[in-house]
Order: sequence, then structure tokens, then C-alpha cells
Amino acid sequence: MRGATRVKWAVGVTVVALTAAACGSSGDSGGSGSSTGGSGGGIVRASWGDPQNPLEPANTNEVQGGKVLDMVFRGLKIYNPKTAKAENMIAQSITSTDSQNFDIKLKTGWTFSNGEPVNADSFINAWNFDTQLKNAQLNASFFSYIDGYDKVHPDAQGAKASATTLSGLTKVSDTEFKVRLNQKFALFPDTLGYAAFDPLPQAFFTNRQAWLAKPIGNGPYEISSYTKGSKMELKKWDGYKGPDPAQNGGVELRVYTDNNTAYTDLQAGNIDLVDDIPVTQLRNVKSDLGSRYINEPAGIIQTISFPLYSPRWSSANSAKVRQGLSMAINRQQITDQIFQQTRTPATDWTSPVLGDAGGYKAGLCGQECTFNASKAKQLIAEGGGLPGGRITISYNADTGSHKEWIDAVCNSINNALGNNKACVGAPVGTFADFRNRITSKQMNDPFRAGWQMDYPLIQDFLQPQYYTGASSNDSHYSNANFDKLVNQANAAGSASDSVSTFQKAEKQLVTDMPAIPLWYQNGSAGYSTNLSNVALNPFSVPVYNEIKVK
Amino acid sequence: MGRYVIRRLLQMVPVFIGTTLLIFVMVYGLGDPVAAMFGDRTPDPATAAQIRHDLHLNDPLWQQYLIYMQHIFKGDFGKASNGQPVTELLGTAFPVTLRLTIMAFVIEAVVGIALGLFAGLRRGRFFDTGVLAMTLLVVSIPTFVTGFVLQYLLGVKWGVVHPSVGEGAPFKDLFIPGLVLAGVSLAYVARLTRTSVAENSRADYLRTAVAKGLPRRRVITNHMLRNSLIPVVTFLGTDIGNLMAGALVTERIFNIHGVGYQIYQGIVHNNPPTVVGFVTVLVIIFLGANLLVDLLYAVLDPRIRYA
Repeated sequence: MRGATRVKWAVGVTVVALTAAACGSSGDSGGSGSSTGGSGGGIVRASWGDPQNPLEPANTNEVQGGKVLDMVFRGLKIYNPKTAKAENMIAQSITSTDSQNFDIKLKTGWTFSNGEPVNADSFINAWNFDTQLKNAQLNASFFSYIDGYDKVHPDAQGAKASATTLSGLTKVSDTEFKVRLNQKFALFPDTLGYAAFDPLPQAFFTNRQAWLAKPIGNGPYEISSYTKGSKMELKKWDGYKGPDPAQNGGVELRVYTDNNTAYTDLQAGNIDLVDDIPVTQLRNVKSDLGSRYINEPAGIIQTISFPLYSPRWSSANSAKVRQGLSMAINRQQITDQIFQQTRTPATDWTSPVLGDAGGYKAGLCGQECTFNASKAKQLIAEGGGLPGGRITISYNADTGSHKEWIDAVCNSINNALGNNKACVGAPVGTFADFRNRITSKQMNDPFRAGWQMDYPLIQDFLQPQYYTGASSNDSHYSNANFDKLVNQANAAGSASDSVSTFQKAEKQLVTDMPAIPLWYQNGSAGYSTNLSNVALNPFSVPVYNEIKVK
Repeated sequence: MGRYVIRRLLQMVPVFIGTTLLIFVMVYGLGDPVAAMFGDRTPDPATAAQIRHDLHLNDPLWQQYLIYMQHIFKGDFGKASNGQPVTELLGTAFPVTLRLTIMAFVIEAVVGIALGLFAGLRRGRFFDTGVLAMTLLVVSIPTFVTGFVLQYLLGVKWGVVHPSVGEGAPFKDLFIPGLVLAGVSLAYVARLTRTSVAENSRADYLRTAVAKGLPRRRVITNHMLRNSLIPVVTFLGTDIGNLMAGALVTERIFNIHGVGYQIYQGIVHNNPPTVVGFVTVLVIIFLGANLLVDLLYAVLDPRIRYA
């Protein structure tokens, strides 16, 4: 949809330049500073970053846009902020007898904030739109399990869509529709809490540009004003009938260029909630905020992935080298000293937010993920040593300050091997270039990888990353046993069977070590004395609707 | 004079094309913007291909540049990554940065010239030494240090001002950022004025002015200052462009949503239209400011004539 430049702007270059120059004198008005102190009538003033993409449910794949969708939308299911369990929201029931055909019944009485009812069509139309190739929605692949996806969204480059609607969706009545999947997927209902599956009102389809300027949803908040790149004001929607109405009068999201400034503003009392504590402040944050500092696990795992397609890493013995490298990394020391305990050393390939019932199993990786320098050296020697005698670990140098920890990881490996040239960091200028090299299979040595879950399911941590040919299998890992177990898990009759089979599959990763689990990332936030009942959900987004303002 | 201006304006055309081409090539050399859009996830090939097609990314670079320039002359600067037209961003960001620039410029010109003048008149005395020492100090401290220190002390510790700039960037919030932004240039202006004043105070025409009995004020303002300002004006003129483009650090520290912020966002989100669009307008401003400075010479120094 980007670049579809239908709107031609009748402003010439010179005019723009002149306007910019002329605005100096006329711009004096509007100088009423909004950053006045005090709590401002039950409004939560929170920090925000400019969303990267237009605010459409299926086009938002990062956390800043996700925050807004979280407030203005409610989907079929919602993830419990505390337990991460998927619970029915708009769905009355989602049933299936064969893990492939699902019958979704909706609760009655739900409406969008413009008065339109939320019915089966709101979902079916939205999902069809989200999937259509010409709309180029970034999250289109989330619908790939639904039957007919390959017709609406053919994967081959240059292929034309031969249908505009998903054949797997059938409307039964206004409050019921059926979904047929193209494969068995027992945990499918639990994926439906993801924002990409949100319903859309008719207003979206009739005038998409107007809708994008001020999105209309069915959640506990409605957007009262949106100044792109600067701030968004959301107010409590009084017509909201759901079980989780807002506990405050509204939320004001302010865009900050730099999280340091947001933190300074929090200290000065200009803002109430900052949900990303800058790394440089981590040492002071406890003394600055005391109990008003939150540091909880989020559904993010950081790994070092290997290009298994490269001849350097494809030999049978190379798994031993990878295991050895994993054991050469002193995770505890790095998380303590570099990350100030905002990361937790990883012992499996999922995340603690899943909980034991959801599939997280502490220590699943065992000794292969525990620091042991002498064993590491021995394993690497048994595996034939590092390919070529040395390795590099690639990372993107532009954002995220990865250099520090990559250097620490390399240092740890070098110490274990007693060779200070064994491992060095290899920065790549920009994130785009970095990702480009990975997806075009140009890597010869390991690279950093991060995985943020889309929904709190063990399936989301394993299948997209390690299943043969899966969408984000950057290592191009392929193991018949792993694939077989994943298929079994998806076809399992119950959720608990499914989870335990997924864990069996995960065990295969210990043997093959396509990616070294490093640590689970925590979400962090700080808030002012004006607020209480502040918590982060498993996606490390503040649960805005539960915040109480003094 | 008129012919000179026309000649200068014509000279701007190749400069403009050259700079935009350079920027365009550099920004598109940053990597595939589509790869960054999907984050750590591998883009699904069909969606990525569709986006590439929409953005003309499959065409050769020179063709993309032509398409881009064509659109620019129609007033279409393309779209930012969040779907907002870049013209809209230009419209909101430039006024904000311009306010900051005006603030910084006024501080820099007024305080800098005043300090320089008095220091130059009292050469070797206590005030002069004080100004020299102070400016040396200011020049040697990087902007982000003064920025963070002032922000912390005035904004958090003593609570005198808002640590960040509110919406719409009111002038009262812009004083501290303006001061920080002006700091280094202010020091240069003061030193430049001081030297120039000191030099001219021994000039023949000044001795003549004093000898024919003009009051001291007239000697200083009309004869000394006006002649001493020529190098200062050159510096101030080129500094307008520098202030607008160089506000990136200051804008980040004080959360000002101006030009620096948008360019930074454009780079982080890997969105070429934003970066190229903003830099293109900055190029125009640079060119305009330089022309203005050259014309001002003639006003200040009657010996200079343009044909």
C-alpha cells in the first residue's frame, strides 16, 4: 500500500522551502506548552515511540504501534497479562473436533466505537483484506494456516492472486463463523489473541485513509486526537461493554526521540510512565524510583544463530563445535555486568512468560547451555576445532547497542579457548543490510538473532524458527525428527499433549544446536507517584487499561 | 546586482542536482528498506515483492532517481514509513526547527557580538581575559555534555524549566535548547568580533573619525562595528544552515520534533524518501543563506560591488 501515490500534492518544491522559511514568524501561536505538571484529571501520560508502519492491525509488527492496537482493539481472545494464557474475549467459544475445522461463536453486544456491531463479517472481511497480496500487509503470513491462503496470497514472486477471499472462512450467522485450516493445528485458537486477527469496522473499508488518520476500534479506549510523529491522545470509551474497561480517564502517548529524555522527564514529573529504561540509567534506576521500577521477563529470547547452509557449519561434527561454543559463554556474568540483570540467562529455546503449562521448561538445554570452560574447549577440539581457527559474530551496529555484549560473548569464548583471536565481533552498518544478508543466505559465520513472540505459545518459539523451510528459519535448519514431532504436536488432541510433544521436539535442538540460546529479555518500566497498579504484559507493553491515577 | 543574483541562482541548479543525486545514492546504499520493515522476521517473499514494486525498488538506481525527481517537481516527496506524506512532515518539522534556529541565532548574534565588542574595546583587561577563558571553555565542551548537564541541573535538580520541549515548541521552552545549540557558535562569534574590533581600532579611518570630534558612540557603532562585522556576518550566514542541520543532537536531548528528529527517524526506519526530502530542503536553505550573505557584504562594505 505504501508508495501508492494517488494523492498528488499541489505544492512545488520552492513553495515548500518558502513556507518553511515563512513559518518562523507565523509559528509563534500555539505556544501553550502542554507539559504542565500535575496528573491532569486521571490521564496517564506515557512515553511512546513513533510507530514504524501505518496503524493497521495486520501491518503493525513492532511494539510502539502494538501499544495503540492493544488499547483500541479487542480480538477473539486476549492474553491474560499475568499468566499469558489465552482467554476468550469476543469469542463465546471456539471448538473443534479434529484440530483442523474450528467453529467460532461470538458474544453478542460488542460494537465498534462508531456504533457498528462487531459480527462475523467484521472478522471475515478483515482477515480477507489482511491476506490479499495487493494490500501488502506485513503480517499477512499469519493467515497462512487458513485454507485458501495460497490462492489469495501466492508465495512465489510475481505470481498473481487467483482469489480475493479465503475459502476456509464461512459465515454461519452474524455471531458464528467457521474456519477450515489447511493443516492440523491444535493451538490455533490460542493464536487468535494476536493483533493481526483483530476485527475491522466497515468504516475501514469505505475510507481507509480517513481511518488510518484516526483508527476506530472496539477496545476500552478511543483515539481522540492523533498528531503523527508527536503525540496521541486516547480517552476512555464510555460505551465499552467488555469485561476490562479502562480504570483511568485516558492515556496520552508522547513521542520521545530518546529514551534518556523520557527518563529525565519522568524524574522531573513531566510524564507518568516510561516503558523503556535507558541502559545508561540502569545503575541508578533503583535508587531513583525504588519500587516504582518494573523489571519482568518478556517473551523475547536472544540467540546466536548459525548459517547451517555454509560449508563452515554444515559438517556432521560441527554440532559439537556449536555445543562447545554455547558452553564457553558465561551467561550469568554477562547478564549481571552488562545488562544489570535486565536479561535472564537462557536454559531453553522458549521464554519464562509461557509458564510451565505453556511449554517453558527451565534447564531443558541442560549442561549444553551451562558455562563450563574446560568442557567447552574439549568439545570444540572433538568437533575439529573452530572452522578456519576463528569465527566472527555478526550484529547490526546502528541500533540496540549490541557491540558491548557481542564483545563480551567473544571475550568469554576466547578465555575458554585460551586464544584471544578465536572470536571477534563483526558489525554490519545498518539493520536493513544485516537482515538482508541473513535472508539472502550470505552469512558464513554466526550472527545475533532476537525473537519476540507473536503469541505466548511454545509453537511460536519453535516452528517459525526451526521447522524446515519455515518463514523465519534463518539458520536453514532442517531435521526430519524435529519436523515430525512438530507435526505431531500440531495435530495433537489436546493443548497439553501438544505442548509436551513440542518439548520433545525442542530436545532435538540441544543435539543439533542450530542456535545458541543466550538470554531472555526482560521488559522494564518506571512510573511516577501519580500512578498505581502498573504492570507489564508478556509482550512487555504496559497494561494501560488497569492503571489507576491518583 | 540583479544580474549577479540571476547568475548565482543559475549556479544553484547544478549544485542542487549534484547534491540530491549524491544523497539519493548514499541513502539507497544503506540497504534494502524492505528487509528492515519486517524486523527480525524473514519477510514473506510475495509481500516483500509487492512492497518493492510499489516503491519502484526493482528499477535501476538512475531510473529511481529520475522518478523521485519527477515526483519532487510535482510536489510529491513520497511517503514516510508510517504512510504519512513527507511534505506533511516537512510542514510540521521545519517550523519547529526554524524556531529553535531563530532562538539560537538571536542568542548567538546578540550575546556573541556584544561580548566580542566589549572584549575588543577593553583588550588585555579583566573582562577581555574573562571572555577569552569562557569561550575557550564553551568551545571545548561537546554539545551533548552541556545539553545533558543543563537539562539535569535546571530541569530535574532545581526544577526551574521543563527538561523537554512541549508540543508545538513554545519559545519559553526553547531557551535552554537554543542556548545549548548556540553555545559553540557564540564563542566563535565573540572571538571573531573581538579580533576584528581590536584590529580596526587602530585603523586610519577610525583615528580620523576620532580626530574630527565625533562622539564615541558614533565612532564605535558607525565606523568601528560596521566594518568589524564583515567576517562575523559571513560566519553567521553559513551558521544558519549549520544550526538547522546540526540541531540533531540538541533535538534528541530535548525531545524537539524538528528536522533532526525526522532525519534520524528516517535513518532508523530506513526510509529514503524522508531522509532525501529533508536533506534536499536543507540544501536549498544552505544555498539561499549563502547567497544572502554575499549580498549583505555589499550593504556592509561600500567598496564591494556586484556586477
